Amino acid sequence: MSEVVIAGIGQLPVGEHWSLSLRTLASRVIRAALKDAGGLRPQALYIGNYLAPMVSHQSNLGPLLADESGLAGIEAYTMEAAGASGSAAFHQAVLAIQSGYMDVVVVVGVEKYNDMVGPELEAAVAQSTDYDYEAVNGLIPMGQAALLMRRYLHETGAPRTALGEFSVLAHANAVNNPNAAFRKAISPESYARAEMFAEPLNLLDMAPYLDGAAAIVLARREALPADFAHPIVRVSGSSLVVDALALHDRPNPLRFQSAAFSVERACGQAGILPGDVDFFELCDAFSIFAALSLEAAGFARPGEAWRMAQEGSFGLKGKLPISTLGGLKARGNPLGATGVYQLVEATLQLRGQAGPNQLPNPRRALVQSLGGPASTAVTQVLERGSN
Amino acid sequence: MEIPRHWRLKKQRYALVGEVCPHCQAKIFPPRDVCPECGGEAKTEYQFSGKGEVYSFTVLHDAPAGYEAYTPYTVALVKLEEGPMITAQLTDLGEQSVQIGMPVEMVTRKIRADGDEKGMLVYGYKFRPVL
Repeated sequence: MSEVVIAGIGQLPVGEHWSLSLRTLASRVIRAALKDAGGLRPQALYIGNYLAPMVSHQSNLGPLLADESGLAGIEAYTMEAAGASGSAAFHQAVLAIQSGYMDVVVVVGVEKYNDMVGPELEAAVAQSTDYDYEAVNGLIPMGQAALLMRRYLHETGAPRTALGEFSVLAHANAVNNPNAAFRKAISPESYARAEMFAEPLNLLDMAPYLDGAAAIVLARREALPADFAHPIVRVSGSSLVVDALALHDRPNPLRFQSAAFSVERACGQAGILPGDVDFFELCDAFSIFAALSLEAAGFARPGEAWRMAQEGSFGLKGKLPISTLGGLKARGNPLGATGVYQLVEATLQLRGQAGPNQLPNPRRALVQSLGGPASTAVTQVLERGSN
Repeated sequence: MEIPRHWRLKKQRYALVGEVCPHCQAKIFPPRDVCPECGGEAKTEYQFSGKGEVYSFTVLHDAPAGYEAYTPYTVALVKLEEGPMITAQLTDLGEQSVQIGMPVEMVTRKIRADGDEKGMLVYGYKFRPVL
């Protein structure tokens, strides 16, 4: 099997990009990542996107985005796994290179959320739920998170503000991320006072849906140019696992089984235990997802993640930093593009290019993206290689 | 307008018809060809009693397309007494506050209109507190 390394990265700030279309967002970051990779020529473009068919009335993104980026005659298509689409596309690129099928692949995560407003847009995002048995009853992703959050608080006896620290730490970390949508710290008091949206879930319990695009060039180690400029970051594990789609079809909805299995398998491929990683870029699309992801990975016992968060375990100086550049909550949640942002941020940390939030000499990252409430989980282990 | 889709599901929506697994006796909702408990083939129809209890619930104010006229509405995960869990709106709550563990029973109610005013009405199961 070939060794897979990250050769180039590119990202646009997450936000409301009124003047940038889906194709322009994608082509800009693809070209930025290729430039960062020292001009490597990709043989494939794998696209992570969730909403384009409904919100942009655009399918068949392979030809569109490849052509727009000046890439002719290559392999190109979309991988879709709701909010985990970007990571699913990255996973596909890892497989293509590990197997020897491709030498250089560019992955783009792109989402154009803001070309629609209102209930039609809510319905588009709710496609990640079970249409016949969840969506038909008026359930949307925020509702799924609220159902989980209420049950979690009920089973643990934790106070209503128990999950607030996940939002507080995400915002604190985004202050130093120039690509984050929200760069102001928030206080536990603002969390406690935040407006209820789907009780017990409040405004600060959910990451904002926004536009975004990020790209990564992956290559076989031997394909890197001799004068490759960056510290080597390699992909030592990549796993995609599904659970039952609907929350109600899980034996224990509070157990993110797909997340647990994908961590186990990705770490197994890397030959490590989860405790061997230096930080965890997890999916905090909702604060309850952060807690349940930590518990699924085994970093906290069931029902304990909220308490560990309040004790400071997950801040930049904690035992296991999470959301080091703001997470979905404060960097923003560009849905299908999100996974690629998480992998870009992990790469920046491992390269030593993370700026003021740089962790001290991190060697290994665990990165996880979720589609729906862990209906799909995609987990990678990235490691600092030797140049 | 999605008439065939809603027509296919009317036994489930109006009558909570699922399946019982002939191998392990597990009750299955919604129906599917493979038993989620034992993996055996399961196609025998089973009529659920409609009784259950609230596992969790929330109140939604932001609605997806088609549901705007009905907000705020309460959506719950209901654990049916035979074992499976389903997602459903709660109805006929009056002034009563919802609690986890509250016993509820199935009723058939209007869910929404399908498409515009020329479309059919989608009916289905909702759950009300047991009186």
